[in-house]
Amino acid sequence: MELKVIADAAGAPGGGCASSGCGAGGDKLAHLPEAIRAKINNHPCFSEDAHHHYARMHVAVAPACNIQCHYCNRKYDCSNESRPGVVSEVLTPEQAVKKVIAVAAAIPQMTVLGIAGPGDPLANPQRTLETFRQLSENAPDIKLCVSTNGLALPGLVDEICKHNIEHVTITINCVDPDVGAKIYPWIFWNNRRVTGRKAAEILIEQQQKGLEMLVARGVLVKVNSVLIPGVNAEHLKEVSRVVKAKGAFLHNVMPLIAEPEHGTFYGMMGQRGPTNEELSALQDACAGDMAMMRHCRQCRADAVGMLGEDRGDEFTLDKIAEQDVDYAAAMARRAEVHAAIEASRTAQRRQSSETFVSIAALTRRRPARPEPRPVLMAVATMGGGVINQHFGHAREFLVYEASTNDVRFIGHRKVDLYCSGDETCGDGESVLAKTIRVLDGCEVVLCSRIGYEPWGQLEAAGIVPNGEHAMEPIEDAVAAVYREMDEAGLLDRPDGAMHRMSA
Amino acid sequence: MAFKIIEGCVNCWACLPLCPSEAIREALPHFMIDARACTECEGDFADPQCASICPIEGVILDGLGVPVNPPGSLTGIPPDRWAEIRTQIQAR
Ligand code: SF4
Ligand code: SF4
Ligand code: SF4
Repeated sequence: MELKVIADAAGAPGGGCASSGCGAGGDKLAHLPEAIRAKINNHPCFSEDAHHHYARMHVAVAPACNIQCHYCNRKYDCSNESRPGVVSEVLTPEQAVKKVIAVAAAIPQMTVLGIAGPGDPLANPQRTLETFRQLSENAPDIKLCVSTNGLALPGLVDEICKHNIEHVTITINCVDPDVGAKIYPWIFWNNRRVTGRKAAEILIEQQQKGLEMLVARGVLVKVNSVLIPGVNAEHLKEVSRVVKAKGAFLHNVMPLIAEPEHGTFYGMMGQRGPTNEELSALQDACAGDMAMMRHCRQCRADAVGMLGEDRGDEFTLDKIAEQDVDYAAAMARRAEVHAAIEASRTAQRRQSSETFVSIAALTRRRPARPEPRPVLMAVATMGGGVINQHFGHAREFLVYEASTNDVRFIGHRKVDLYCSGDETCGDGESVLAKTIRVLDGCEVVLCSRIGYEPWGQLEAAGIVPNGEHAMEPIEDAVAAVYREMDEAGLLDRPDGAMHRMSA
Repeated sequence: MAFKIIEGCVNCWACLPLCPSEAIREALPHFMIDARACTECEGDFADPQCASICPIEGVILDGLGVPVNPPGSLTGIPPDRWAEIRTQIQAR
């Protein structure tokens, strides 16, 4: 029950100061006990900084599911963990293990293997646990994690602990069965289909019990919630409070994605997803309660690679079948690469703290001025913590909030969730228009380069493109641009009044 | 008498491991029930297992050829109330 410490350290209920301005600094995990920080230091899904440097991978071994969520179309991957609309090739545990070992050898940055579907991993316990068993035996340097809707969790906690799985993600959308009845039409429980409020009641009970059991055994638990406007938006604050009290160490609120063409119940019935503002506001509200994770990209369950890239094509079954990996040698090489990454992270951290000091110094010199307003900036990056992506190639942007106190990571904005990412997917015109809509609220976009055409349109939309900080560490560059804006007197006016740096 | 899986099944695997008679086979374009092996779960479970976990309406027929999960039964909304519910949801 050591994890209780987290709750206390995060502040009294409702009284948190994690929203902007309290000067807590960039590291949202700073309040966690040392043992937990060490565990998640190089976990790309849990540490804001680590996801620039390390990669996670998922394998699809678990096709079946034991509940129905209204935001899910069961032709596709589980939308609790992954974006809908992508069908995974279901692997046997043996195929999955072979694939993981091939990827780990080729991409040493890959530190985490997760099983997240396409259905519910714990509704397929034999397949899931067999995969974990073989991996912990053959590739002990890979961290294992599993995501679940929680229904079958209490019965499998002991099994999970046996395989020494470090992290479990539970999707918890509600703690009130009346709310749950609007999200889950039925569950399969004790060999029967159970519907309505009763179904939600059983599911919630199992989720909470599973969470408590895992925490009691020292397993890290992350909670995911899907924000559904008009259904659980307000209620998620209560969810956040409850899961914190029980010892979950991170709460990740994801937006509902519902379009008619996905064929989900919500999509077909016209349930809307949250706006970027609604999502941020809720994340802020919950952040007062506990560490929120904002960099979740709702990654695809079978994606391979870093920061939104997908190198899955390099590791298809026929390609890995030919490979015979010497994992002992690969493991030695992986250890070297990890050491090099850690060295460069330490160096980057030192650099950025100097930048923070200089911004603070700037405000101290002019104490009479009112506090400059914070600014949102979007960044195009392919990883490594630096600005290194061409605007036109970016399919997602990292959004940062710069203020006089710090540069704070706010979240990801995806340009086209259903776009395959190559140039052939739709005409440039509409992709650009969509990008501009997605960047709503940002005043600057930082990228390595940008074409003439999008430059003009971005400016017209009140977003200033900036390619002057290519290859610089993100937080330094954001801080520098913020300082320039401040010096140019652009930050005195109230939020929203300023739209352009030039003209 | 035997149950039957028909077109519309999304090959989600949920039913297959639950069948007490091992009557369900992975197949394309959709999973199949071996009519000779299916016992309708008699003697094993109160409810036929495949039809109790299947997420798709209309794709499992009982021994009389009647869909066990008719339209609306899995979303929880009777077909004649769809319009009404849709209006409610769109107002959110
Ligand atoms: S748990 Fe995942 S696979 Fe199951 S219904 Fe919900 S979203 Fe779909
Ligand atoms: S009704 Fe029972 S015995 Fe028949 S196929 Fe379905 S699960 Fe198997
Ligand atoms: S549960 Fe239904 S949809 Fe899934 S494989 Fe069986 S018959 Fe097909």
